Amino acid sequence: MKAYRLLIVGLFMLVTPAIAQQAKVTTFTLDNGMEAVVIEDHRAPVVTHMVWYRVGSADEAPGKSGIAHFLEHLMFVGTDDIPEGEFSRIIESLGGNDNAFTSHDYTAYFQRISTEHLELMMTMEADRMHDLILNEEAVRTERDVVLAERTQRTDSDPGSLFSEQRAAALYMNHRYGIPVIGWRHEIEQLNLTDALEFYHRYYAPNNAILVVAGDVDPADIEALAIKHYGELEPSDGITSRVRPTEPPHLAPRRLEFHDERVSNPYIIRSYLAPERNTGAQSQSAALTVLAELLGGSGLTSVLGKALQLEDPIAVSSGAFYSATSLDPDSFGVYVVPAIGVSLQDAEAKMDKVLTQFLIDGPDPAQMERIKAQIRASEIYALDNQNGLARRYGAALSIGLSVEDIGNWPNEINAVTADDVLAAAKDVLVLDNSVTGWLMKEIAE
Amino acid sequence: MKHLLSLVFAIAFALPVNATEIQKVTSEGGITAWLVEEHSIPIVSIDILFRGGASIEPDDKQGATYLMAGLLEEGAGQYDAIEFLEATEALAARFSFDTSRDLVSISATVLRENLNPSMDLLRVALTEPRFDEIAFDRVRAQVNSIIRRAETNPRSMGGSRFRSLAFGDHPYARDLEGTLESIAALSPQDMHKTHQAALTHDRLVVGVVGDITPEELAKLLDTVFSTLPESSSEIVALTTMQASGGVDIIDHPSPQSVAIFGHAGIMRDDPDYIIAYVMNHILGTGFTSRLNQEIREKRGLTYGVGSFLAPYDRAALYMGSISSSNENIAEAIDLIRDEWAQLTDQGVTQEELEAAQKYLTGSYPLRFDSNGAIASILAGLQFADLPIDYITTRNDGVNAVTVEDINRVAERLVQPENLRFVIVGQPEGITAN
Repeated sequence: MKAYRLLIVGLFMLVTPAIAQQAKVTTFTLDNGMEAVVIEDHRAPVVTHMVWYRVGSADEAPGKSGIAHFLEHLMFVGTDDIPEGEFSRIIESLGGNDNAFTSHDYTAYFQRISTEHLELMMTMEADRMHDLILNEEAVRTERDVVLAERTQRTDSDPGSLFSEQRAAALYMNHRYGIPVIGWRHEIEQLNLTDALEFYHRYYAPNNAILVVAGDVDPADIEALAIKHYGELEPSDGITSRVRPTEPPHLAPRRLEFHDERVSNPYIIRSYLAPERNTGAQSQSAALTVLAELLGGSGLTSVLGKALQLEDPIAVSSGAFYSATSLDPDSFGVYVVPAIGVSLQDAEAKMDKVLTQFLIDGPDPAQMERIKAQIRASEIYALDNQNGLARRYGAALSIGLSVEDIGNWPNEINAVTADDVLAAAKDVLVLDNSVTGWLMKEIAE
Repeated sequence: MKHLLSLVFAIAFALPVNATEIQKVTSEGGITAWLVEEHSIPIVSIDILFRGGASIEPDDKQGATYLMAGLLEEGAGQYDAIEFLEATEALAARFSFDTSRDLVSISATVLRENLNPSMDLLRVALTEPRFDEIAFDRVRAQVNSIIRRAETNPRSMGGSRFRSLAFGDHPYARDLEGTLESIAALSPQDMHKTHQAALTHDRLVVGVVGDITPEELAKLLDTVFSTLPESSSEIVALTTMQASGGVDIIDHPSPQSVAIFGHAGIMRDDPDYIIAYVMNHILGTGFTSRLNQEIREKRGLTYGVGSFLAPYDRAALYMGSISSSNENIAEAIDLIRDEWAQLTDQGVTQEELEAAQKYLTGSYPLRFDSNGAIASILAGLQFADLPIDYITTRNDGVNAVTVEDINRVAERLVQPENLRFVIVGQPEGITAN
């Protein structure tokens, strides 16, 4: 009953870094449909073992918000073979760490442990894919934990509440508008039956991806995967992930969020933006570069230079883009004004910078620096086993292929100034946006 | 399959970093660093610690060290702020500058192909920072917003109050970032003085991991650090927890209460430190800990509770924290007190000890999972004055701990009556005392 981390698109989220081409990656698929990726890292006898399910909060039924995340917590209760409360205890007794996380698009479970215990991790993960055992009391207690989590992470934080309101305004039809953790009044009603129905429908090998990263031989991993995951029955409840889509957005939406606990007011705008799709990532690549240009690095980016140096009205500013999602997600910009500068002025200056950028286009020298950094991030990524494992798991669980992941750095490298400008013109359209002001007092 | 099974024997005794791989490198100029060569990825990670940190700044310059460290990459030598940052980006070097009560720390990860120009940039930042007025004003405004955010963040509010109760007029009582008033009074001139006091070559430790040879490193050490000055300020005096047991409440409009709690702790160089560390694992870290089992798993009163040893350089605390709804926080605090009392009254069981030992020894290699992480460990070991073979003996130390050891240390360290709680929120059923 873990789950310390929810992946919610954050205000200061960085753009998705590119994939390490040099990582040695092997893939295979089991007869029952389970996909697998092995990433070799032979520096230390340590392994990251992950199972990703292609189901997240945006796949929930109306009225059941939070069930994907709640089930994630309940997956640690026990199985026919593992007594209640023992799952994580066994892993700790072997010196391993385990946890899980849920997003709009996927739910993932992982252990980091000495390579010698990998086989047992596979046994345990395969076991809880089909033999989870729950009871009313465990469900009640864990629901209280999830409510406490919501209180801690959302209800006690004005920035999180504001972010929820903005997402709800951005999506008029798609379930990305509903928080991953769920609305409180719906979490309170979630029960054992909801959890088991969701589990039986979505937790099956043909909806799962195995990712193993570490000091391993891919042939050994394939043999172990066949042995432990290969016998699991596929589910016939797995259908293609077609979700309600957005109608045309015909008017810019605005909201003001007031909370007495706000210390630094800010203005933030999100635009609906296309995501990476298999075989079609070029616009996403351009948007990734655009986010870096506008606000990826603070002072040296377009917004930072204009609003923190030339006409210093801001304490900080930035841009963000979530490229790796199943359905269209968002591109955003924000400005935290200096003391004495109103949100209205900050927004006007921000808009002036954006307008000017659409005329001038990118600075070639800045483009070069950004590409150099993205190329370097390929190499730095090799030093982060867990990060690589997550990158592959997340991309595969939203329908990208290993080839798409491999091509991503090339896509970024191929982006031209014209591509950036075209993508900016497509996406930075006010009708597709929500502008929010987070503030302490009611505006005069 | 065969391959995997044969691996088991090989790695059962494997250590995260072979001790023979840690080399002590000394430059001609007499600067030392610990190095692990790792040539499989063309990058180099460097972790640099300067002992002293924010605690050595004068009383009337609170926040100076934090602000100074934030300005190191905002203009140095021939570069103004923009030029410095753009040069860093062009080399794809990654620098981070940080301040704590005990140290100023710098972490750098750079491409092997750009090693020399990257190190030259780092040298300029460390030895020739400019503290231009315009950059100073800008970064001070950012610190101002950080302070204002901390003033409404329950965890920061609780931590700040706890430290001021614990440390009275010792520098540890101060907030790292200073106060709105103290930073308003600072000047670029203060930054130069603070820099001279905080970044000195006799209080320097360095850990390096990556695609670099000892010979190359020895040269770089002199290039980067040789012009740093000698220390002129004193390291601050040792101190102890000054607050007594009790409850403080800071009213804050929130559906939940955050509690920060603790009492006197144990210093890192105390012979009983490792025993206390194992004991605390049983009480308050991880899923199976007593606090997590009683408060979260059995009763669902919290999403997060834990306890930890906080060994600063000049004082030590034994601390913990919890978040719980305003209705439940009183019950949660009672349970924490019960667990604290239970530990002194009844100690731990052999079964709990073995589980803790298995976890702590088995998970130790997981810490060594990147060049940057290992560089940071190498620097940290030197800062704590631990021997260069510490990594190979550490698990033996954990395994040598007995139930009797823990029960003895629990009696010495765990003081339920001295627990001080600072609660931020609108807690029900509990009052300040």
